[in-house]
This record gives sequence, C-alpha cells and structure tokens, in this order.
Amino acid sequence: MQPKYYGDFGGSFVPESLVQPLTEIEQAFADIKACADFQAEYENLLTQYAGRATPLTFAKNLSRILGRKIFLKREDLLHGGAHKTNNTIGQGLLAKRMGKKRIIAETGAGQHGVATAMIGALLGLPVEIYMGRVDVERQASNVKRMQLFGAKVHGVDSGSATLKDAINEAMRDWIANVEDTFYVFGSTVGPHPFPALVRYFQEIIGKEAREQILQQANVLPDAVFACVNGGSNAIGIFSRFIDDEKVQLFGAEAAGQGLSTDYHAATLEKGEQGVFHGMRSLFLQSASGQIEETHSICAGLDYPGVGPEHAYLQASKRATYLGVTDQEAVNAYRLLAEREGILAALESCHAVALALREAEKFPAQANLVVNLSGRGDKDLQNYFSHVENC
Amino acid sequence: MNRFKQLFNEQQHAFIPFFTLGDPTPAKSLALIKAAVDAGCHALELGMPFSDPIADGPVIQASAKRALDAGVDFTVCLDLIAQIRQYTQIPIGMLMYYNLLFHRGVEVAYRELAAAGVDAILAVDVPLEESAQHQQLLQQHDLGAIYLLTPNTPESRAQQLLTYSTAFAYVVSDYGTTGVRDVIPQTTLQRLQTYRKLADTPLVVGFGINKPEQVQALFNAGANGAIIGSAIIKMIAADQHDITQAQTKIQELIGSCVEVVVTE
Repeated sequence: MQPKYYGDFGGSFVPESLVQPLTEIEQAFADIKACADFQAEYENLLTQYAGRATPLTFAKNLSRILGRKIFLKREDLLHGGAHKTNNTIGQGLLAKRMGKKRIIAETGAGQHGVATAMIGALLGLPVEIYMGRVDVERQASNVKRMQLFGAKVHGVDSGSATLKDAINEAMRDWIANVEDTFYVFGSTVGPHPFPALVRYFQEIIGKEAREQILQQANVLPDAVFACVNGGSNAIGIFSRFIDDEKVQLFGAEAAGQGLSTDYHAATLEKGEQGVFHGMRSLFLQSASGQIEETHSICAGLDYPGVGPEHAYLQASKRATYLGVTDQEAVNAYRLLAEREGILAALESCHAVALALREAEKFPAQANLVVNLSGRGDKDLQNYFSHVENC
Repeated sequence: MNRFKQLFNEQQHAFIPFFTLGDPTPAKSLALIKAAVDAGCHALELGMPFSDPIADGPVIQASAKRALDAGVDFTVCLDLIAQIRQYTQIPIGMLMYYNLLFHRGVEVAYRELAAAGVDAILAVDVPLEESAQHQQLLQQHDLGAIYLLTPNTPESRAQQLLTYSTAFAYVVSDYGTTGVRDVIPQTTLQRLQTYRKLADTPLVVGFGINKPEQVQALFNAGANGAIIGSAIIKMIAADQHDITQAQTKIQELIGSCVEVVVTE
C-alpha cells in the first residue's frame, strides 16, 4: 500500500460520500501495480501513442553562457504537449478497468484538460472538464482542443473562477455521480490515494532522466529543477533522485508580481498548514482560514495549495522551494527561444529561471537538469501582451 | 446532559432548519434565526461560512459568500452563537469545514464553540478515519458528534458511524451536494429502516428537503428529524434586502413543518 501520509501532510479529508470510492481506487491502484497486463498496456500507450521516451537535451548555448551544463528533460515533446499525458493515460486505463462510464477533470492552463480529453477520445470514455471562466478566456486554444477531442467544457464562475474553483466544481460533480464517474486528478494533490497515484504515473520522468543523465554525463546531476504548484511534474522528476542525497532538488513556485505583494501563488514560502481539497498541506489562506485567491502569469501555477509530498520535502529540508516572478519566467521564455530554439510553457520557464538564478552557486561544469514540463505555444499571446504592457 | 440527547429523549420527532451564520449580514442573520426559533423549530443547524464549500450546492455557496462579504469570520460566528444561546435553549449543531477549526487552532476552537453554546459539531470533510482528534476534542468539551451517512455508505460502516454519532446521525437523502430536490428517493426511506435496525441513534435526514409533506414522509419511514437548508436559504437570497418579508416566509415554512411534528 502507498503511504497515506507524508510526515504530517496528506491524509484523506473528504465528505462521507467519497470515502467508499476512494477506497475502491486505492484497491484498484494496488492491483494494477502487480498486474502485468495493465503495465504492458500502459507502457505500450506511453511509447506508441504518447511518444516516450522523451529526450534529455543538452542545452549547448545556455550552458556556454552559464558555464554550467544544463540538461533539459523534454516533456514538452510528449503527445499533448505536457507531462500531463503520463498521468491521464494511467488514470484513464484505471477508470476503464474499474468499469467507470464517464471521466471528469479539472484544468487550469488547460493542459490536463487536453490530456484527459485526448485519453477519453482514445479509450471511448465521455469526458467533462471543469475550467475556471478566467482560464477559459486566457487559454482559449486549449478549450478548442478539448472540444475537438469531444469533451464538454464547463466554465466555472464561482470564487476566483480559476483552478481552485474548477476543482471545487469537479468534486461536486464527483460527489453527485460517484457510482459511474472517475475523477482524473491532474496533480499530486487531493485526498489519498491521488497524490500517490499521480506520482506513480509521473515517476517515468525521473526514471528516464536518471538513465539519460548517467548515460550523457556519466554522473548523477548536481541539481534537479522543476516548477511546482500542485507539483506532479516535480515529483515525477524528483522521484528517482530523492534517495541520492547529493542531488539537490529545487522547486520553482510562482512568485507572480513578487513575494512581498499579494499577487503570487507561492504556497510553500507563504502558505500555512491547513486542510482542504481532501489533504492536509500548505495553503494560502486568510487570517480566519478562508482559502485565498492567487496570482500568476500562468494558469497552470494558479492553485493556492501544494501536494502533500512537497510540503513534506520542504519540512524535511530535502528539497528547496523558491519563488520565481512573472517577469523572470517571461525572460526565461525568451532566452530559451532565442538561444535554444525551444518554446517552453511559461510554467516550465519558472524552473528554467530558477536554474539560471541558482547556477552560479554550483561549481563550473556542474550538471543541472531542468524539467521542461510543457511546450509554450499556448503562451505566445500571453507573452506578447506581457511584453507590450511592460 | 447534551441538549440533543435531551431533545430526542423527550420527543420522537424534531424539525431543524439550517442557516449560514451571518447571511446576509450578522444582524439580519440573527433576526432570521430568532424568527425561526419563534416559529417553533426544535433545534438549529448552523453553518460557518467557508470560501470553498465543496459539499454544498450553489444556493449554500452563495449564502456563504454573502456572509463572508459581510465580514463574517470565526469570531463573529462565536458572537452570533452566544446571542442565539441567550435567546433560546434549543440544541445548536454546527456544520463546519474542517479548515476553519484547524486554522483557529483545534484546542481553542472546540472550547470556544462549546462556551458559546454549541451542542454538537459536524465536520463535513473529516471522515471517521481521520477523526481521532476530532472525537477526543468533542468529548473533552462535552460536544456531541454528528456523522454523515450517504447512499453509498456500506452497512458495516453505517453501524460504526451510528455508534460514533452521539448527537444524531445525519442521513444524506441522495447523492450530490446540498440543494432542493423534488422527490425523496425511495431508497432513502429503506435506508432509514436499515439504520434503525442497526442502532437507536436519532436519525436526522437532510439534503433536498423543502416541504412539510416530505418531512411527514420521512417521519413515517422512521426518521427522527428533518433538516431544511437550501429552501430556507433561497428565501433569504430572494428577500435579502427586505428581511421582514424573508422572515415571514421562513416562519410559514417552519410553522408548517413543525405542525407535522405536533399534530402526529
């Protein structure tokens, strides 16, 4: 069985109607780990449908500028355009195996929504996606993609009309339709066993990255960088390095307009312990315990909480989490485009920006791995309007 | 003795309205709740407003938002509860999202609620498996426990939940979040009979109830109590600027439900 708690964090804080479905998912999760047929089907889809393994690209030009070796794990090249596909293939197969007739999901930037809609089309399962109204507008092209894959997209108007509210609405749908519906969580958040389940399907990133860096550099990296909000791409790549204490782990969270302002989503640096969306973790909240709204240039980093394992990795000092501002991310977006010919998602550019900032603290020729969790086409408009406004 | 225990010792049936504390404003909320007491309700179920009430439908979400926008927080709620307690001795149950207790500091929160006059707490998002500390603090402050029983709760688990529900068991009538429904599912009536065989715990049904005929049907099927929430909150939403109007409508609804209890 997977751990239910990571130190003080995690657990399963849900209304009674979700207790039974979560128990069933936990059981099914245990079953698939030992099921050769499931594993074979999963691996087959990862390679033949999604295009794994993704490369680890040595970023020659950036490395020359920094005097440190930068390697990019290219989840942006995965089918669907982000690491989310690893998870939706896994959970989609699980839903099917459990005999569920319908899948639902929340989405922020739209990447998880797209990845879920894609898998729904592939597996013949009807899909409904909940997406904050604000995100529907700022990620219009992803909405169109979901609709082309046959998914129904619900714009959510409550609260801040972003990711948190989309999760609320998806949970309400699930509570009402637990019998035949599977809720495909997009990140390592929510009640047990979701943080463990999503981690399991994202570990492939770390597994490949470890093999690839050993092959290319002959040593383990000095540090691994990933952007963190819910934290699934970060847990994925961290997973195979956590036990190697010499490998430093860095999470880049959205500092928005700056940590000293109210406009950020830096849960690990500015949040407090709380219990919400099924888990005990860190959340941005008001003095009276109301969940607060966030700000980030990225719809994909706009959640006021964080996965429990990250809260634990921070508390146990195994990983370091630092804020990266909108501006730093935008600068990294441009730099990566100009120097390497790669358009990475603004979310992933937070990780790139943190690596750029931290690089000088490492010896010359140190090996730094950065997870490029998604591709940046979706952010073009966002990028240009940010540049024009500055 | 805990006021809920006393209530169900003394009478077989009880009618319980639900209010969000502070909706639409603390003063108006107090007036509405006093009006409900005047109309003869037997207990109160009060929700502390939370920013993200995932187990609630749109009506109660909007209600929580009105209260939060009016500046309601834990302290304001304590003050309102204390004033309600001065006005009446009927039992008060709280419906809470756990983060509000957790963030207040659990040691403090339960003590304060008990001191203000609360008799029982339902922490919506604390299932039995996570409730060791919740249980212990309830006992320490002589507060009753309320647990939810849903249509997908297996019988063996229902047995446990009934045992732990020292104030009453909250039987959720249907799948889904709170909100008005036209029909009480037949299965709910059957579930009441099943639960009755398992334990003597008072069974109070909520979610979707909106008229005295439904309350009567539930009592006939073995329920000890009925909670009406969204239907009342809708009246508040419609007449939030003319609170006397809302008061009159709510008193009419409560009066007709109380009559079911009295005339049986």
